[in-house]
Amino acid sequence: MIEVKGVSKAYGGKPVVDNVSLTIREGCVTSFIGPNGAGKSTLLSIISRLLQKDGGEVLIDGRDVAQWKSTELAKKISILKQSNHVNLRLTVRELVSFGRFPYSQGKLTKEDWSKVDEAIAYMDLSDLQHKFLDQLSGGQNQRAFIAMVIAQNTDYILLDEPLNNLDMKHSVQIMKVLRRLTEELGKTIIIVIHDINFASCYSDYIVALKDGRIVKEGPTETIIDSAVLQHIYDMDIPIELINGNRIGVYFK
Amino acid sequence: MKLWMLIAALAIMSVASLFIGVKDISPLDLFSMTTEQWQVMNISRIPRLVSILIAGVGMSIAGLIMQQLSRNKFVSPTTAGTDDSAKLGILVALLLFPAAATMHKMLIAFAFALAGTYVFMKFMDRLKFKDTIFIPLVGLMFGNVINAATTFFAYKNDMIQSITSWLQGSFSSVMSGRYELLYVSLPLLVVAYLYANKFTIAGMGEEFSVNLGLNHRLVVNIGLVIVALVSVVVILTIGTIPFLGLIIPNIVTLYVGDNLRKSLVHTALLGAAFVLACDILGRVIIYPYEVPIGLTVGVIGSVVFLYLLMRRKAYEA
Repeated sequence: MIEVKGVSKAYGGKPVVDNVSLTIREGCVTSFIGPNGAGKSTLLSIISRLLQKDGGEVLIDGRDVAQWKSTELAKKISILKQSNHVNLRLTVRELVSFGRFPYSQGKLTKEDWSKVDEAIAYMDLSDLQHKFLDQLSGGQNQRAFIAMVIAQNTDYILLDEPLNNLDMKHSVQIMKVLRRLTEELGKTIIIVIHDINFASCYSDYIVALKDGRIVKEGPTETIIDSAVLQHIYDMDIPIELINGNRIGVYFK
Repeated sequence: MKLWMLIAALAIMSVASLFIGVKDISPLDLFSMTTEQWQVMNISRIPRLVSILIAGVGMSIAGLIMQQLSRNKFVSPTTAGTDDSAKLGILVALLLFPAAATMHKMLIAFAFALAGTYVFMKFMDRLKFKDTIFIPLVGLMFGNVINAATTFFAYKNDMIQSITSWLQGSFSSVMSGRYELLYVSLPLLVVAYLYANKFTIAGMGEEFSVNLGLNHRLVVNIGLVIVALVSVVVILTIGTIPFLGLIIPNIVTLYVGDNLRKSLVHTALLGAAFVLACDILGRVIIYPYEVPIGLTVGVIGSVVFLYLLMRRKAYEA
C-alpha cells in the first residue's frame, strides 16, 4: 500500500506540493489531474523517491521510502518519466532487459530472460525487439519503455504523462494496456494525465490537485463533474454521458 | 564489421609492426636473430607495440565511458578538460616535486585530471542550454583556459619545450623501462568491463538509474576515476592522442549500438587497430624518419570527425 502523509516540497521558498496526504487504492488505476504547475509530477517523483521531500512521509508497504534500500524498492515500485528522449542506440530487447537489473544487477539468468520475453510479448513488440529505439515511432518507443517496466515486475507502476506526444490511436493503445495490467496482473497504477476524458474513461480513482494541494479526490464519477472541474480548472466544462462514459466537452 | 575481422586485422598489423623500423629485421630472421636484432626487438619494438595497443584501447574506452556518462556523443577526455588538467598536473608535479618518482607524479596529475573532469561534469549539469555541439565547445574552452595557465607557468619556468612534447603524442621514445606505467590502466579496463551494464544504465539519466535502484552517483564517479587515470597514464608515457576517444566510440555506435556490454570490446579493438595503423603509416611515410602519432591520428581523425558531423546533420535534416 502507498500512503502519503503530509508531504511538502518547496522550490526557492515557493511551495509546489503543500501538505498532501493520500492513500492509493491497490489494484486500481489512479489518475492525478490538475492544471499546469499543480504539483502532480512533483508528487509522483516524491512518491517514487526520484525527488527528496521537504517534509512528511511516503510509506510503501508500511515503510518510509527513505528507509527502503534502493535496489529493493526497485522491485516494488517503478516510475517512467515523460522525457524518455533516449539518445542512446539501444535495441528494444536491450532496453526491456534493463527492467531486470534490480533482480540480476546486470547478470541476467534464464528466468530473467523469460521475463523479458514475456514483457516483450505482452506489449506486442516481438517483431520490433531487435530494432534500435531511434528507429521507432513515439508510440512504439513508449510501448518499449512500458515493456521494460513490466519486466521490472513491480506492484506499483507510476507513469508521468504516458500519453505525451502520442496520437489518439497510440494513446488508446497505451491506456488499454494499463487497464489490462491492473485487471490481469493486479498492478496498482498511478498516472499523471492532462486529458480529463482519458482519465474519465480509464481510471477507477481520480486525485485532483491545484496549487500543490489536493482539491478533491474520489471515484472517477465524483470528480468528472461540472462543478468540481469548474473549481479545479476555472473553466466551464459541461459533462455529457456518451456510451456510459462521462465526457467533458471543454473545446469551446 | 565483425569481431573476428577486427581481431585478424589487429593481429596482422601487430606482427607487421614488429618488423618495421630503421633496423632491418625480417620475419625470416626470427629464429636466427643476432644479439643486436634481439635487443632492438626487446627494448624497442615489442614495448612500442604493447604501448600502442594499451594506449589505443585505453583512450577509446575512456572516450566511450565519457560519452555515456555525459550523454553526449562529442564529449571525450580531449573535449572535457581531462587532458588539459592532466597536463597542468604534470607541470605542477615537475615544478613542485622535481625529485618525485614517476608514480607520484602520476598521482598528482591524476588528482588534477579528476578534479578538472569533475568540474566540467558539474558545470555541464548546470548548463540550461544542452545542445550536443555546444557542450563539447564549452569543454574545449574550459580546457583552453586551463591550458593557458599551464603555458604561463611553463613559460615562466622555461619548460615550454617539455610541455610541447606532451602535446604531441609520440611512440618513438617508447623503450623498455619507460612505458611500464601504461600497465596501470589494464586493471581499470577490467573494471570498466565489469561495470559496462551500469554505465549503460547511468547513460540513460539519473532518474532512469534511480528507478532501477542503481547508485547513479557512485557509478558516475567510478567512471570518472577510470577516465582520468587512463588519460593521465597515456599522457605521461605517450602524450595526448587527439580525437581518438571521440571518433572510435562514435564509429562503433553506428554498427553495434550503445549497449556497453557489446560495444566495449569492439571499441577497444577498433581503437587499438586504428592507432596501430596510424603508427605504421607514420613510420613508413617518410621512412627512415617518422611522423609523430599525434599528427597522423590528428589528421585522419579530424577528417573522420568532420564526416561524422556532416552525417549527423544529414541524419537530422
